Amino acid sequence: MLAFIIRRLVQSIVVMLVVSLIAFIMFRFVGDPVDQMVGLETTLEERAKLREQLGLNDPLPVQFWHFVSKAAQGNLGISYQFKRPVLQMIGDRLPATLELSFVSALFALLAGIPMGVYTALRRESILSKLFLTISLIGISLPTFLIGIILIFIFAVHLQWLPSFGRGKVVDLGWWSTGFLTVSGLKALILPSITLGLFQMTLIMRLVRSEMMEVLRTDFIKFARARGLSNRAVHFGHALKNTMVPVITITGLQLGSIIAFAIITETVFQWPGMGLLFLQAVQNVDIPIMAAYLLLIAFLFVTINLIVDLLYVMVDPRIRIEGKEA
Amino acid sequence: MSFRRSLLGATLLTSVFAMPALAENTFNFAFQGSLKSLDPYSLNETFTLGTLGNVYEGLTRRDPELKIIPGLAESWEVVEPTRWRFHLRKGVKFHNGNDFTAADVVFSADRVRSEGSDLKTRIPADAKFEIVDDYTVDVVLSSPNPILHYEWDTWGIIDKEWAEANDSVRVTSASDQAATPISLQSNGTGAFKITKHDGGVNTTLVSNADWWNAANKKYNVDTVEFSTISSDATRVAALLSNEMDLVYPIPVQDIKRVESNATTAAMTGPELRTIFLGMDQKRDELLYSNIKGKNPFKDQRVREAFYHAIDIEAIKAKVMRNLSTPSSLMISPFMFENAAKIERLSYDPDVSKKLLEEAGYPDGFEVSMDCPNDRYVNDEAICQAVTAMLARVGVKVNLNAQPKAQYFAKVLASGGFDTSFYLLGWTPGSFDSWNVLSNLIGCRDDAGNGGMFNLGGYCNEDVDALTNQVLVESDPNKRLDLITQAYQILAAESGYIPLHQQGLAWGVADGVDLKQRADNVLMLYHVNKK
Repeated sequence: MLAFIIRRLVQSIVVMLVVSLIAFIMFRFVGDPVDQMVGLETTLEERAKLREQLGLNDPLPVQFWHFVSKAAQGNLGISYQFKRPVLQMIGDRLPATLELSFVSALFALLAGIPMGVYTALRRESILSKLFLTISLIGISLPTFLIGIILIFIFAVHLQWLPSFGRGKVVDLGWWSTGFLTVSGLKALILPSITLGLFQMTLIMRLVRSEMMEVLRTDFIKFARARGLSNRAVHFGHALKNTMVPVITITGLQLGSIIAFAIITETVFQWPGMGLLFLQAVQNVDIPIMAAYLLLIAFLFVTINLIVDLLYVMVDPRIRIEGKEA
Repeated sequence: MSFRRSLLGATLLTSVFAMPALAENTFNFAFQGSLKSLDPYSLNETFTLGTLGNVYEGLTRRDPELKIIPGLAESWEVVEPTRWRFHLRKGVKFHNGNDFTAADVVFSADRVRSEGSDLKTRIPADAKFEIVDDYTVDVVLSSPNPILHYEWDTWGIIDKEWAEANDSVRVTSASDQAATPISLQSNGTGAFKITKHDGGVNTTLVSNADWWNAANKKYNVDTVEFSTISSDATRVAALLSNEMDLVYPIPVQDIKRVESNATTAAMTGPELRTIFLGMDQKRDELLYSNIKGKNPFKDQRVREAFYHAIDIEAIKAKVMRNLSTPSSLMISPFMFENAAKIERLSYDPDVSKKLLEEAGYPDGFEVSMDCPNDRYVNDEAICQAVTAMLARVGVKVNLNAQPKAQYFAKVLASGGFDTSFYLLGWTPGSFDSWNVLSNLIGCRDDAGNGGMFNLGGYCNEDVDALTNQVLVESDPNKRLDLITQAYQILAAESGYIPLHQQGLAWGVADGVDLKQRADNVLMLYHVNKK
């Protein structure tokens, strides 16, 4: 087990180095950071001096080396635009993204699994057809459109929920949370639905097909033959056996929820990391872009590791094979 | 006893009824861009300077019509052409309670010209500030400068003592390893103080009861909540849903919607920014064209042909939905009194075709156009319209519309002026023609020394000579005459193709009264809310 973890950690570091290298190569094409940092009237000499100070004249490998060696010491640089340490800024924005991702993942699971089970068991009912239609919308409409539609219905028309931002947040010193105020909770509803709709659909469809598959297998027939109640068969045996792929997908999707929160955060002006990243791209704020990409790479790598470990716990077969190997 | 009790009751009752009057009057507004650093000298950009102008005040101010009025200086006089005397306002206090004196002015004048400041152009580098007494400052110049104080409304005075005590003497720069206190908190003399600032997200300002002008204050808001909402649709939604009292800008296509909504209205007016087309007239061969060996834009007939091909009224009606003012000038008529003396070339495709034929391009030619797509109002749509109009006279334009970061990296000096034909917008920060003449119209070399934003490299030495005279001429009438001559030469040569002044569009909730300044700045001391 230890060897497995160490092997994975080494792989992770390689992945992150590759990601940051690719990112650095891409930064050459996003525009000139100096033009975005100064006002129009700044003279050419001033601009040249600033470029020199920021180390933008160094050759790419040198810039990359500076970045990696500083990052290894936990220093991700200063934002060109905000003139604040990037790590501090990401730390400020992280709670917003994590809370949003957590709530939308929860929404996706709590709505997706029951809907999947229901549509698998009552294939012909009207409700099942309704669920499938909704899920089709969830998969086919782009996120920003869903967000805007929700805003126009619930914020502009009905005026029940806020159209942007996090509402009032409580600052706990190291974490700012929207869970403790009414406006904070209300502000979470629309963005989490927007962000979670795709995942909900995915989970629902996955549970449905897996469940239908499992229901046809012999051991369900035997379970029924033993006279077990429908409830025990469906939830005790069938659902439990559909869970392995659901865990994999949920785990992997958690990473993409955080990473793809960019669009939802932009539509709802949600002050998270995704919004920070998008604005950084528009303003060529290289330190923020580099740090964000590194962080997302780290997140995916960690999630994959955890998912692999979870497999081992959930499925005894993998455990046994591991021992033999 | 019973009298006492009823008195007590009455007091209680009054206090209960008095509660609503004490309630905070909060004004919520949202803007597309964000307030980043709070250091008032670290970015020369309209929104940042405008918003911080509510907190830090300059020696002068601008009124709603943009006229210069006294700010922290009560009055000033030009003692001799190279010596200006400023009489400072007495009894002004910074938000931390410190007194405002001449020492603060001198300190700020040094700081604004120091390393890292983006506002160095506010004061000539060799101007000397001399303290005459605690409330009088002399500015000694090396040459006369009639527009010395034109941009002093955006150069806010900082408290010397506070800055020194808080490690904020140097201007925060991006190569710093830690944020300076002044980039995170503020201490000005203005009508509002910043109590909470989350850069790029939201900022809270509260009314300053000790403001020097509090006795004549014309606003009634106690708290101001500013939020950044960058997505157009969301910003409009936040207004329509009554969450916001003011949002700006409103996309032109949403103005009708805001107008037709029962509780909101659109507030529109001309902006100072001029949108224009520029052409590479410097290179011997265009970088992006099918004509090899020569540069068609060096031929005045070609430039005129392009000008005649533009149907500016169609752009106004179709692209700008009437929210633009067609212009014949490189500066807003608001800032140039002789605007009527210069007229646009007429829209006439036939003349245009004839001119192209005379110039030796009977079948037109091909050229690429650079255009931003997220910088000005409907910028990409304007370029598409121009492309279609030029196609009618036989010129094939290959449009290259990009986000501003990539666009500016390509066309500005840092990208080597890598363009043949482009669209750009310009607002002179000083509200004065000299800025336009020197930056856009002055000759430049290949590195960009000279007219740094003269991307096409238009060059006429007569215009440059006039520009140099404009800089030092103190007589307003003579000065205006020199400026007019320079603009007339430019227009006669069709050095640029001015398009229009774009419009301002703000969305305002009912019951909110405020002043829209043509430079797109909101002064919070003009805001009243029912």
